[in-house]
Amino acid sequence: MSMMQSLVQWIDDRYPMTKVWNEHLAQYYAPKNFNFWYFMGSLALLVLVNQILTGVWLAMSYKPDDTLAFGSVEYIMRDVDWGWLIRYMHSTGASAFFVVIYLHMFRGLMYGSYRKPRELLWIIGVIIYLVMMATAFMGYLLPWGQMSYWGAQVIVNLFSAVPVVGPDLGVWIRGDYVISDATLNRFFALHFLLPFLLAALVFVHIVALHKVGSNNPDGVEIKKGPKGNKWSDKAPADGIPFHPYYSVKDIMGVAGFLFLFAAVIFFAPEMFGFFLEHPNFEPANPLKTPPHIAPVWYFTPFYAILRAVPSIAGSAFPGVVAMFASILIMFFLPWLDRSPVKSIRYKGILYKVLLGLFVVDFIMLGFLGTQPTTNLYKLMSQVGTIYYFLFFLLMPIYSKMDKTKPVPERVSK
Amino acid sequence: MKKLIIAFLMAAAPVLGLASGGEAHLDHADVDVSDQASLQRGAKYFVNYCLSCHSAKYQRYNRMAKDLGLTEDEVKENLMFATDKIGDGMTIAMPAEKSAKWFGNPPPDLSVIARARGADWIYTYLRSFYLDDSRPFGVNNIVFPDVGMPDVLWELQGMQKAVYRMEKDSAGNDTEVFDHFELVQPGSLTPEEFDEVARDLTNFLSYIGEPIQLERQRLGIWVLLFIAVFFVLAYLLKKEYWKDVH
Repeated sequence: MSMMQSLVQWIDDRYPMTKVWNEHLAQYYAPKNFNFWYFMGSLALLVLVNQILTGVWLAMSYKPDDTLAFGSVEYIMRDVDWGWLIRYMHSTGASAFFVVIYLHMFRGLMYGSYRKPRELLWIIGVIIYLVMMATAFMGYLLPWGQMSYWGAQVIVNLFSAVPVVGPDLGVWIRGDYVISDATLNRFFALHFLLPFLLAALVFVHIVALHKVGSNNPDGVEIKKGPKGNKWSDKAPADGIPFHPYYSVKDIMGVAGFLFLFAAVIFFAPEMFGFFLEHPNFEPANPLKTPPHIAPVWYFTPFYAILRAVPSIAGSAFPGVVAMFASILIMFFLPWLDRSPVKSIRYKGILYKVLLGLFVVDFIMLGFLGTQPTTNLYKLMSQVGTIYYFLFFLLMPIYSKMDKTKPVPERVSK
Repeated sequence: MKKLIIAFLMAAAPVLGLASGGEAHLDHADVDVSDQASLQRGAKYFVNYCLSCHSAKYQRYNRMAKDLGLTEDEVKENLMFATDKIGDGMTIAMPAEKSAKWFGNPPPDLSVIARARGADWIYTYLRSFYLDDSRPFGVNNIVFPDVGMPDVLWELQGMQKAVYRMEKDSAGNDTEVFDHFELVQPGSLTPEEFDEVARDLTNFLSYIGEPIQLERQRLGIWVLLFIAVFFVLAYLLKKEYWKDVH
């Protein structure tokens, strides 16, 4: 035995290094027919690592203090070596994270990746999405610009709209009666903590994935199909080892992603006011409400739903309920879909049209959430909100009605 | 599937078309932060006309010297009046409590004003002061109604008044709409020359908004080239491995 082999043996006797490597990479058999949409999972992991690393380095120069925060960001942008790059990687990464996750979730909707036996995998994913939103929301306060301040004010006030306990809840979240230094401090602490919780949840997500195995664009369970491929007699015939096949493929995906990511960082870091909003270059001023407050683009579909629901007896609570319901309804998706097939490839025209409209609806709501309310926009938001919920609530009916095609036994090429 | 995607994109098109909103008309500043001569002139105007009331505290003098192609001595002699330390930010001596009393609000720091407002807004703003007796300093501004600031560039631009036209609003009522400016008293510069001053000043403010921007784009080209080559190699590697998969 060579030195290397005996070292590996020494470790394996004490820690299942080779076992983990094989079970999760070299002998983890993934369906061979992954397409473009299957890059998003690995890219989400890449962006999470990017956010944690750049975030830790930003924290080395950032000051969570209402008199210093805005200036410390400019200090990072101007005086810290490569600070501008680290900051843009972080601010662009936040938006990139949501882009990648929305595509990842859409992939799940298309190919029925939430269906049995992947219900728990999907639910863990929705929890990840919720934690991600909380993390992004708290992080957005830290630059302490006008939009940071007033955006946080609006969102925390939503909690104050809860009947009876609302006002106390608002004070409890802010640590004060308004967004203030106390709020900034605690949001910084939590914004530092939550990403590690996210990393742990991602670990759990992957463990769940490897238990049930990946779905694929055909929605065919490769574990139930014939056995035996060129790497193993017992492995699914339509499976290939994750490493090296998908590791090299994902590296290619990483390169493609990094090209777009770097293009934004180096040539359009504000992304026309979508990634870094213009009013946020004005320091937070508690006495001056901006004429138009809009959350960052990735929250705007839900913000549009919030504003679409009329308030009852002067309380915005119904809108708040609708906004949270629009996210929580995703938890029930595995049981709402009654279609005999998983993948959109074998679903009928009905689901294809409804899913397409859902995408248009989500984008429309996202746009409406960035705009000041007008009568037309309010009506559009209301129609959009109704469609959003009907897409989920009527799914048990239309997914049964839809004419499906027979699913092949093996994945297609 | 492709047909469906196209159909949905077309369905989304009218939504995207709504994205253009109606704000006050802004003139195009057409700034160029790589134009060092313009930036140097802009720095001169900034120091002479703005820097007594407005600070740009995140912008250091030595950084400006380096980026504008000036020596530190040149900056010290010609552009630095509030401090004698070249590493200082462009601060002012005016205390905020006093300026708040004089102007209603303390004049804002201008370090990142170009990023908050945009170059076109600043360019239009600087050229949009007009005579208005109802205001404390006798002037108002079309893009910043009831602005607290006097028209500090009036000696250069001269004084202008706003000319309005009548138009029907969406409810069908006649309303006054700003049409154009009329020069009442010429300044020391022609309108064209003054536009250049406003442009240089806007250019300088755009530069101090993000001093790294030129370097960032220069570097970005190399980063993208590197990633493009890396992508080709990654693609070839993937293709080589995937020969096994049938």
